[in-house]
Amino acid sequence: MNLTLLLIIPLLTAVGVLFCRNAQQVRWLSLAGAAVQFILVMALLFAFYAARSNGNTDAFLFSERCMWFAPLNIQFITGADGISVSMLLLTAAVVLAGVLVSWKEETMAKEFFFLLHLLAFGAYGFFISLDVFTLFFFLEIAVIPKYLLIGIWGSGRKEYSANKLALMLMGGSALVLIGMLGMYYQSGANTFDLIRLSEVHIPYATQLQFFPLLFLGFGVFTAIFPFHTWVPDGHSAAPTAGSMFLAGISMKLGGYGCLRVATYLMPDAAAYYAPYIIGLATIAIIYGAFATLMQTDLKYINAYSSVSHCGFVLLGIGMLNQTAITGAVMQMVSHGLMTALFFAVIGMIYQRTHTRMVRQMGGLLKAMPFIMTVFFIAGLTSLGLPGFSGFVAEMTVLMGAWQNPKTMYRIATILACASIVVTAVYILRATGQVAMGPLKQHDEPLNDARWYEKLAAFILIAGIVAIGVAPFWLNDLITPGAKIIMQKIVSLSR
Amino acid sequence: MILLLIPLFPLFGFLINGWLNKSMPKGLVGWVASLSVLASFGISVYLFIQLLSGANEFQFTVFDWMAAGSFQVDFGFMVDRLTAIMLLVVTGVGFLIHVYSIGYMNDDEDYPRFMAYMNLFVFFMLLLVLGDNFIMMFAGWEGVGLCSYLLIGFWFKNDNYNEAANKAFIMNRIGDLGFLLGLFLIYQTFGSFNFKEVMGMASTYPRYDSTITAITLLLFVGAMGKSAQIPLYTWLPDAMAGPTPVSALIHAATMVTAGVYMVVRSNVLYALAPFSSEFVAVIGLATALFAATIGLKQNDIKKVLAYSTVSQLGYMFVAAGVGAYSTAIFHLVTHAFFKALLFLCSGSVIHAMYGEQDIRNMGGLKKYLPITHLTFLIGTLAISGVPVFAGFFSKDEILAMTYSHSFLMFTLLAFGSVITAVYMFRLYWLTFYGEFRGTKHQLEHLHESPKVMTVPLMVLAVLSAVGGFIGLPEIFHAPHFLYNFLEPVAAGAGHHVSHTFEYVLIFTSIVVLAIIIYSTRNYYVVKGTLPESDAEEKGIARILSRKYFVDELYAMLFRKPLDVISGLGYRFVELGIITKTVDGIQEGINTAANGLRYLQTGRAGSYLFIMVIGFLALMIYAIIL
Repeated sequence: MNLTLLLIIPLLTAVGVLFCRNAQQVRWLSLAGAAVQFILVMALLFAFYAARSNGNTDAFLFSERCMWFAPLNIQFITGADGISVSMLLLTAAVVLAGVLVSWKEETMAKEFFFLLHLLAFGAYGFFISLDVFTLFFFLEIAVIPKYLLIGIWGSGRKEYSANKLALMLMGGSALVLIGMLGMYYQSGANTFDLIRLSEVHIPYATQLQFFPLLFLGFGVFTAIFPFHTWVPDGHSAAPTAGSMFLAGISMKLGGYGCLRVATYLMPDAAAYYAPYIIGLATIAIIYGAFATLMQTDLKYINAYSSVSHCGFVLLGIGMLNQTAITGAVMQMVSHGLMTALFFAVIGMIYQRTHTRMVRQMGGLLKAMPFIMTVFFIAGLTSLGLPGFSGFVAEMTVLMGAWQNPKTMYRIATILACASIVVTAVYILRATGQVAMGPLKQHDEPLNDARWYEKLAAFILIAGIVAIGVAPFWLNDLITPGAKIIMQKIVSLSR
Repeated sequence: MILLLIPLFPLFGFLINGWLNKSMPKGLVGWVASLSVLASFGISVYLFIQLLSGANEFQFTVFDWMAAGSFQVDFGFMVDRLTAIMLLVVTGVGFLIHVYSIGYMNDDEDYPRFMAYMNLFVFFMLLLVLGDNFIMMFAGWEGVGLCSYLLIGFWFKNDNYNEAANKAFIMNRIGDLGFLLGLFLIYQTFGSFNFKEVMGMASTYPRYDSTITAITLLLFVGAMGKSAQIPLYTWLPDAMAGPTPVSALIHAATMVTAGVYMVVRSNVLYALAPFSSEFVAVIGLATALFAATIGLKQNDIKKVLAYSTVSQLGYMFVAAGVGAYSTAIFHLVTHAFFKALLFLCSGSVIHAMYGEQDIRNMGGLKKYLPITHLTFLIGTLAISGVPVFAGFFSKDEILAMTYSHSFLMFTLLAFGSVITAVYMFRLYWLTFYGEFRGTKHQLEHLHESPKVMTVPLMVLAVLSAVGGFIGLPEIFHAPHFLYNFLEPVAAGAGHHVSHTFEYVLIFTSIVVLAIIIYSTRNYYVVKGTLPESDAEEKGIARILSRKYFVDELYAMLFRKPLDVISGLGYRFVELGIITKTVDGIQEGINTAANGLRYLQTGRAGSYLFIMVIGFLALMIYAIIL
């Protein structure tokens, strides 16, 4: 299995889209590209299982490397472990669903889909890179299209939001860049090669110096408190597929970076800063939940709830044990699917009612049962109902968190746990307002979902249920990856 | 393997009805739903017989559900004797209520959706009782909560109903938080969630162990939510907004007893924690009395039954709290019979009265609804504890068990059963005797319900009449079937009470009940006294009919502060501090860029000027140094 295919296909699709003659061609080509990506990733998944069951215990499979820029020893290294494969799966699912829900995008369709595929290209590249520099390169590729997507196809205060998002994410990237260079020079290895870096012991002082930069830098992407404000504004101004990509994929870039780069390479510092990480994560969980209570715009509701849910990712990473880290990765996948579903369905509602304000809606269950059922499923996943992925992921994080007997960690865990009550309150308020009650008058007749919308919802729901009911396949993927990270933490702390 | 089929049948029922929805032929919908539950009932009976003939238990692990690091949970099912009893109640009573629903909900436009939800509920309830570990139980626990939410808000066009549904879910969530923390503590202590492993390891712990006390208290917080005990009970009466079969199935017979099941399931733990057990008993007692007094002054037929349910659940917890676990299950079973019956009868009444639920507008229905009347009477006799009816035996046993535990509790509990009889007979007389007080339109259309509804009533009536024989007291010189059956898993305190005491208890209750029946009849039928209208209520009556103003209190204590806190947090911290800072930085960059822009004017002259200045500056620098 050649991982570079995952870069070539989105790139080809993106370029191909530019040569299309009409919107019809654009969307079919996009769908074909996204479908091929999805099939490739599924093939990768099975190839990965096969390799593992054949006894291949390498940390990273399908690894390839070539020199990119010799003077600085920058290489192009690809490879995947279970954690990256699960992230790739998430990316492929969200891209496919994103293309489907944008089926009727007519304004500058070419440019729109071009940017979407460019984003996908960046995300795939990020998740398969094993060289910190190329990783950073792909991270940047995944930022710029967002700015344009919001600025051009967005709604509401789109310029303000686009600026804010770009500013904060670029700020985060700047921190990552400094941290990265620091690691390059101070580790003594003079390399960006992730595998090589993981073998040398970076001096303790260096770790303490650069870990916060890397962690916070990536943390901005995953809405670490207090650098989360780009999330609500950015998501709400973005077009539907843009929000799905942002919350479903981009926020995971951050979590993945925190884990793969910051924590993996600098475990001593991770242990040192763990209390702060947990503190910030707990604040994000509680604060995000309470902030959601105040929202009246569906996109803001989901955005703030994302802040809360992504707090669980950071909480899991900060707890530094295998259960919690596995849970954190599961939560990334789970949240990615769920939030993409949420934004997709919000987009469907908006297209029909031309509003996102919950107070202007009501009784939609009557008018569009399919869409509302999907809405319910997204909500129930969010509030952690067993059978859906949210429960499994958050339960695993909390179980891992509880293994930590320190009083402060205990308190953090209990507080995080308490968020389930607040989550239930805001989810039920929103679904109650939107779906139930008397049907309000709308200018146009409200149609239920079209085939492409149904298909998009099915893809995401299938993932959510597959994780919720039988999460062992995901566990099998993540566990070895988490084990490798854990081994480093344990061996170095001795 | 066969265990897996039990929950799968209702799940398929749900999928079929939920998926096809209105494209299913209407006649088929009800059959699919009911038969799927009947199939589960069949398997349950089969397993029950196997257990009777000596099988120990059945176990089936489907797969490893969650496994991450040291955390591992199976997706496993187990049927032991306790589960078997629960299975029979859930599927048996469940089936009858499904059949009844065919008649009751047939005219509703969303009939298939209703049946689908009911099936889904049965599925989750079966998961709850079948699970072989705490996480499975919790999964079912949350699932039934969801179905309860969906069914309370079934008529979702009414905003008040949605409000009630939300309240139910959120109150349960508060309980769940306690439950969840209890689960974490269990895993920390025992390293497992499996019932058998946990109970096995726990039995090596000493009594009064503080960790086990904490675990049991936290688990009980969950039970308070699900089984509507003080202080988390206020959702249950509001839950009556749902269609009546829902009230019968979920809010009387099955889901709300999940808390009792959980305590009995964990009886090894509770037995090790006397403090927790006492706490359970005290909460149960307080709830039993508190809810019963409220029931005295309610005028909505379903509300009376709802408070009665809360009160009866209190009785079960008293039994569990004093260590009489099989007694708690005994009352759970008989209560499922007679309370389901009473609710379904009230549904039949409401059906006949075109949705009227206020007993002040009923009266004299005996003539028009003979079967409903008769079955309701049997239910009333059973719940009031009239000898030979089901409730008599179970309630008697609870009283006897409490007597050997504490005399004060016994007295209060006995007083509670007096109140129970009073409010039940008040309800009975006002509904079925006296003059008809409804509208002319209602009178013209008064009719007995169709067979599909009355047959389940009759079956339940028979069960309410004879169901008590599964647990005869010692003085009858017959074996106590239930106690013996449950002994291997959850027997708890033996049922030996002095025979004299038994006789006194039976005799006294007969006399007291006779007095109550006579005096309530005299008051409501002969004198024809009617409850005053809401505006006329004064003093204690007003406090009771307004439910001690607990709802208002909770709104003030929790709801308002929650909104205020989140409002303050959002406005001051989020919008005031964080957003302002970020915007400030953004503006700062803009301002700086604006300032620096003047450096790039695009005019060659100014560049030249700056260049010269710079050149001079460098020269000066070089010369001076």
